[in-house]
Parts: sequence; C-alpha cells; structure tokens
Amino acid sequence: MTTTPVAAEAEATPTVAPRAARPPRSIPGFAPSLAITGTVLVVLVLVPLGALVLAVARAPWDTIVRALTDARTLAAVGLSVGASAVAALVAAPLGVAIAWTLARYDLPGRRLLDAIVDVPFALPTAVSGIALTALCAPSGWIGALFAPLGIELAFNRVGIAIALLFTGLPFVVRTVQPVIEDLPAEIEEAASSLGASRAQTFLRVILPSLMPSIVAGTTLAFARALGEYGSVVFIAGNMPMRTEIAPLRILSHLESYDYASAAVVALAMLVASAGLLFAVNAAQRRLVDRGAQGA
Amino acid sequence: MRARALPLLLSSALLITLSACSGGGASDGQGTLTLLHVSNDPTRELYAEINPTFASAWARDHGGQRVEIRMSHGGSGRQARAVIDGLDADVVSLALPFDVDAIAREGQHLLDPQWAARLPDHSSPFYSTIVFVVRRGNPRGIRDWNDLVRGETQVIAPSPKTSGGARYVYLGAYGYALRHGYDGRTGDEAGTEMVRALYQRVPVLDSGARGSSTTFARNGIGDVLLTWENEAHLLLAESPDAGLEIVIPSESILAEPPAAWIDRNVERHHTREVAEAYLRHLWSTEAQEIAARQHYRPRDADVAARYAQSFPTMTLFTVEEVFGGWERAHATHFAEGALFDRIYQPGQGGT
Repeated sequence: MTTTPVAAEAEATPTVAPRAARPPRSIPGFAPSLAITGTVLVVLVLVPLGALVLAVARAPWDTIVRALTDARTLAAVGLSVGASAVAALVAAPLGVAIAWTLARYDLPGRRLLDAIVDVPFALPTAVSGIALTALCAPSGWIGALFAPLGIELAFNRVGIAIALLFTGLPFVVRTVQPVIEDLPAEIEEAASSLGASRAQTFLRVILPSLMPSIVAGTTLAFARALGEYGSVVFIAGNMPMRTEIAPLRILSHLESYDYASAAVVALAMLVASAGLLFAVNAAQRRLVDRGAQGA
Repeated sequence: MRARALPLLLSSALLITLSACSGGGASDGQGTLTLLHVSNDPTRELYAEINPTFASAWARDHGGQRVEIRMSHGGSGRQARAVIDGLDADVVSLALPFDVDAIAREGQHLLDPQWAARLPDHSSPFYSTIVFVVRRGNPRGIRDWNDLVRGETQVIAPSPKTSGGARYVYLGAYGYALRHGYDGRTGDEAGTEMVRALYQRVPVLDSGARGSSTTFARNGIGDVLLTWENEAHLLLAESPDAGLEIVIPSESILAEPPAAWIDRNVERHHTREVAEAYLRHLWSTEAQEIAARQHYRPRDADVAARYAQSFPTMTLFTVEEVFGGWERAHATHFAEGALFDRIYQPGQGGT
C-alpha cells in the first residue's frame, strides 16, 4: 500500500503549479531527464503495480469474489476510508492554521516549529504508533485526562483517527505553506483599501487562492491514511468488524500464505483511492481554471 | 570526461555493493564460513548467546576455522514468506511447524517436505507453552483456563490471524475445553464456545506477542495476558515496576518452535555440513543450558533436571494429538472464513 502516496504525489504535483505554456528550452538536459523519469517511474512504480495486477489476474474468480464480498473486509475497508476522510478533513483546517502561523508570523523558535512539522514524515510509523498509544491509553498522560469523562482515546475509532491525523497533518502544512509565502501582500492591501474587513479579505481573497493547495494537501493526507499501517495498528484495537483497518486485513491474508486474496484487497484499495485522487484532481483543475478566469 | 565517468563509477559501486549484500552464506577468501539464520522475533536474546558457543565449538573441531552467523528476526509468517520469496537463508527457526511447512510447500524445492524427521524431537530443540500473566495479587483469582471466561475478566492476546504464538494461545483454550468440557458442553461444541467466550473478552487484538505485552504491562489494559512462557518471564524481568505475576494453568498446549536447514540454499552455498552442525549444536548441553536460563524448556534430561524448579510441571497436549496436525488446525480454525473468523461475524454474538 506504500504505492498510494507515491501515486498521489505524482498526481498532485502538476496541480500545485498550474500548467503554463512550455518555456523555450534554454537549459540543456531534456533527454537525460526524460530518460531518468521514464526509467524510475517504470521500475519503481509501474512494475510493482503490474505485479499486483498480475497476481490478481491469476487468482481464481471465486477467490476474487470471496475476498471482495467478505463482511470483515468490507467493514475494514469502510473503516479505513471513513477514518482517513475524517482525519484528512480535520487535518485541513489545522494544517492551514499551522502553515499560516509559520509563513506569516516571525515567532521566536519559528524554525524549530517548522522542523517539528516534519517529524511525522521522518519518524518510523511504528514508533509514533507506540508513542501515541502509550499517551492515549486510559493510563497514559492524555488518555488519563479523558478517561474520567468516559471518553476513550485509544483502542477505538477515535484512536485510529488520531493516529491518521498525526501522519496526515504535515502533508497539508507542507503543501499550503509555500503558497501562503508566495501570496502577494498587495492583494490584501488592495482588498482592505477597498473597504473589506479582515474576515472578508480572508474568505473572499486569500482562501480562494489557497484552495487548490488545501485540496491537494488534504488529498495527500487522505491517500497516505488509507494505506497507513504502522502508526495505526497499535492504537486501533484491531477488533474484527469494529476497529480492524484494511491494511491489517491484507496482512492477515499474507500471514495465511493467501497471496491472492491479499492482492485482491490491495488492488481494490488502490483502484478506489486512485479513482478518488483523479476525481479530486479534476475538480481541483476546474477550481484553478475558474480562479484564473475570475482573476 | 570526468563528468561522464562519475555516474559510471557510482553505478558500478552500487552494483558491487549489491552483489556483496546478496551473497548468502558462503566461505570467503580467509576461509570464514557464513551462515544466514532467519528466525522469528522472540529469539533475539537466545541466539545472541548461543551463536558464539557454536562458533568456538566449530573452530575447536575444524582447525580454527571461523564461522560467522548472521541473524534476521521478524514475525514468523513474514520471515517464512521472505525465505519463500528468495531470502537466502541457510537455516530457519520459526514459531510454528506450519510456517516451515509453508517453505517446503510454496518454495520451489527449497526444503525437503520431510524436514521435521531430520533432527531429534521433531526438529524442535526447545519447547515452550502458553501461560498467564496477571496483576499483582491475582485480583481476579485466575488459576486455570476456565477462570478466564468468568465474570468481567478482560483478556489480552494477539490475533491468531497475524501471530504465530497467538495460534498456540487459541489452540490451548480450545484444547482445554475439548478435554474438560465447557459450560455443560463437550467436544468441538465446548471448544467453539470456549474460544468465542474468550475472544469476546479481548478488548485489544494486537498483531503480535510483543504488542500484547505492551498493551498489558505498559498501557495497563486487561486483567490477564496469555503468552509464551519465556515471553512471560521476559516481561516480568523487563517491567519490574508493573506489578505482574505468572500463573501456570493445570495444563496447556505444547509449543514446539522448529528449526531446519534450507536444502537448496545450503547446496548452493556449500554450507550443508556447517548448517547441520549448527542445528545439532542446539541440542548440546551448552545450548540447552542457555535456552533453559532464557525460559525455553530444554530437551536434555540432565539440563531439565537442573532447571526443574524454573519449569513447573504441567500436562502439555500437542497439536497433533488434539487437532490432527497444523494443516488441519489451520484449515479448521485460522484459514479465511474458518472458525476464528466466524466468531466475529455479525449475528453470531461476535460483536
């Protein structure tokens, strides 16, 4: 499932910088760059994906049908998609706020904060999973604050969303932050000189120009969350039909040497997330075009 | 010219590194023998201690020839899959015979299907069993398997779908009910109801034994942890402040983690002789002592007698006699849609 974020990044890149007319080739090196791009994409992305498709194509029909219609698998896929969506939607406003703070305010220790944002990228996911679980368990620092209120943060769907939020947040921050930094201050000055309130300026001027990057970041966070295993598996509880995520289903097929079923579930997840990414991309392109027309 | 040479240099350096890494066991110029031993997770400490004793025994008998044993640890099923997919192991030691059988079944002529008969004790140098870990003072009064499914007791155990040790836990509970009855029932009905009642009391189904230890000891979830005997002792030693006690049930399942040399790989590396000697060394007094100190039950009668007080007597039933072997146990209990999955299907009281 690690292929999903890769596919997502490959998909999202053109949308961050809207397509412009190709500049004249003033720098040489087009041929080698294209060769490297082609080779790397084929060897690292297309060949593994092809192997996955091949594994599914070789599987008998009843295996494919059984793997796809199994109630536990459906529950797990539903949970993965749902929890990933919730985590991505929560990550969006939080990420924008963090990106705004980092881009616009010259706080003491800003560079440190800036570095901390990347920690979920750098940390092995199992480490963050165990740390989050220890914190959120009823005996942990954070969990102990909520336990008296009857709220449990670990070993349920809340825990899953917390873990996915943790791994997804930097995607939003890192996609939105450079756009905020590039936002010309003149636009805001013009808006306020024309009598717009700060809220109006933000909602009608700033937010629309940030929207494509927010959508891109949120989509990346979502795609990453769908395939996330290490950080979730410790905090989830892993109870079949309730807190079992799709990657764990794939793993349990593999542990029974049932490669075919594992490949079927993996491919289904991949197709679903790729379809979703394409849809979001198309919607986003329309958003960019409309923004370009409006400007 | 220099600019063009650089990528060439880099790529050839990469190739050399890769080919150096991919060599499994073999002897290099100085006559040092290398063995790659692929094992499951909990044996790290065990083989770290045993391997040097083999190296010195081999050097003594073979004119000072050096043997280097490289270890690879991971989940038992994952390690077996890696060997099937081409990890160049000379020797494997895994949690269950089922995983070694998978190498014989799925790997192309990697391993003789009769591997278990090649070494004593079904190729299993030490054995173990499943015991209980409870909170200090045993507040729930848990003494035996049927106490696990009484009252509000919460049980911590990993998922048999992803953990080898967890399959022993599951089969231990099922086998106990099969032999003693459960809730006025007998036979498979008793076993089925026992495991259903047991897994309904599991609030967190970790993917492996270490995860369950963490859930129980560090995160403070549950009243009783079901785990390997050696893992239980390790947990008590590692978390002296957690206030934990080991409870030995009246009987439990015999867990026999097996070891085997991988025929096709040792042929290619010309390491069959040293691989076999290495595995036979596991039955030596020296290795058996190390295993006993690390709470694996020794096969050697003298060592067993010396460490008798660390291994309380209990009746141990085998997967063969109670479940008709691992293949059948897997098909009936752990395969897709088998009994363990049905425990959690809606409408069967599983949720």
